[in-house]
Amino acid sequence: MTALRDEVRASYAFAERNFYLTRRTWAWEVSFLVYSVASALSITLIGVDQQSTKLVLSLMVGAIFWNYLSVVFGWIAETIAVERWEGTLEYTMMAPIRRSSRLIGQVAYAMVYGLIHTGLIFLVLLVFFRDLDLSRANPGTAFAFMALGSFSFVGVGIMAAILPLLYVERGAQMTFVVQSALLLVSGVYYPIEVLPGWMQVLAHLSPATYVLDGVRKGIIDGASVTDLWYDVWPLIVLGAFLIPFSLRSFGRAEAYAKRTGKLKRVG
Amino acid sequence: MSIPPITVRSSPVPVAPGADGVAAALLVEHVSKAFRIGRGKPPVAAVSDVSMRLERGVIHGVLGANGSGKSTLIRLIAGLLTVDAGRVEIFGHDVVRDELKVKRLINRVSVDAAFFRKLSPMENLTFAARVYGLDVPTARKSIYAILERLNVGTDRVDRPVEQMSRGMQQKVAIARALLTSPVLLLLDEPTTGLDPRSKIDVQEFIEEIRATHDTTIVLTTHDLAEAERLCDDITVIDGGRVVITDTPAGLTSSASERLGRPATLWDVFMAYTGRSLDDDVVEGEGEGDR
Repeated sequence: MTALRDEVRASYAFAERNFYLTRRTWAWEVSFLVYSVASALSITLIGVDQQSTKLVLSLMVGAIFWNYLSVVFGWIAETIAVERWEGTLEYTMMAPIRRSSRLIGQVAYAMVYGLIHTGLIFLVLLVFFRDLDLSRANPGTAFAFMALGSFSFVGVGIMAAILPLLYVERGAQMTFVVQSALLLVSGVYYPIEVLPGWMQVLAHLSPATYVLDGVRKGIIDGASVTDLWYDVWPLIVLGAFLIPFSLRSFGRAEAYAKRTGKLKRVG
Repeated sequence: MSIPPITVRSSPVPVAPGADGVAAALLVEHVSKAFRIGRGKPPVAAVSDVSMRLERGVIHGVLGANGSGKSTLIRLIAGLLTVDAGRVEIFGHDVVRDELKVKRLINRVSVDAAFFRKLSPMENLTFAARVYGLDVPTARKSIYAILERLNVGTDRVDRPVEQMSRGMQQKVAIARALLTSPVLLLLDEPTTGLDPRSKIDVQEFIEEIRATHDTTIVLTTHDLAEAERLCDDITVIDGGRVVITDTPAGLTSSASERLGRPATLWDVFMAYTGRSLDDDVVEGEGEGDR
């Protein structure tokens, strides 16, 4: 019990530290929020131009939930990059805590931050498109899919965090490749049916595909979670696979970094 | 003013007895480490067949030129690098097999104080307190006490680390290490680059730790006067190999015999390594750049 308490406390330490960092860089946070709002608005206005309420809603969902997934993914993927930049990576690796505690703290903060960030964007969009008919929307479905999809994205994020661990110079930038690949194949702004056949196969391996489909059907059609079982079970399977797989992969990468001296501060 | 007691470990240090029934504070046995520095090139040895045994409570100095393998040795002891051959034990616990136990026993201060620079010393040290499982309100009191002892004003505690001088940052790094009550403290050139006042503050603090805490210290340094002042024993390392280990008096005495005149630690270093402490070990000279 004491060991569990210590691990929870250690996880909290990482979440608290990230909160301190966010607080210290509040001006950047405000700028990033304005950028995200402008981005979501400009994409959603394409639907207005096409005079299609369904397209407006579809693009809005794509923009908002892609923002959430990007933020969660970004925080986790940058876990190592930021520590390497600050030179604290070796210190953190010496701490007497489990790898999972370290990552859980980072992930928990990323999810809370992502929810607040996305919630604010959603509010601005609702004000901007106040005439939109959301009477059929089922917010419970949207929330359920966000929560379910988060598990898979945590796994993908942890795997992306391996890149800055192994590639000292430009590992952080390399994580954008993963993010852009997900954006391309997951049907964020268009249906996956427009993709070439081989890309559609990849689309079915991306958790974002199921999250976006579920959220859209919840918001636009008012579908319930039980109506969307075909989107739910792939997310459960992907989450159940990706989290342990990513933790194990991260552990192997850490062992490799210790063998080759890549934890050392550079620059 | 002495360092206030820091009540963070309620139970005695867990010690696994060695074969002789008494576990050394630190046991390094035939440890080697090499790195690949490029494709097609042979690995470069950074540490070769290094052995040392430290008893509890000593300050053990490791002297060597830049690139002689000091920091690699510290990283191997800290578990930040894995050994290619040999083994490292801390109070009888293997650094690889008993990783979490070992991590609870040690801490390290490196030559470059590493912090989240946007955060304050208090925020950085509170983070350390939590990950080491300390009671945070108690730890906060200790943080103020240790920083005050190191002449870091309380008005600096809540300002970003990036606004502090390097000397101040190094003091905060030492405070962070001591906060966790390590029984083995690895000090990797803790005074390099500090102004004379900060250097003296840190050296006095190290002496005080020895006098008041149950801490074994490994100290790597370039400063021979510092080594003579602080260390019970000194290992001279060159090209990743241990050249000689003895007390400071023993080292100067044996160098005197070789030179036929009174010797200083400087003479010792020159006599046993054939180089000055200010020299860099050049990569390709047969040894590593670490």
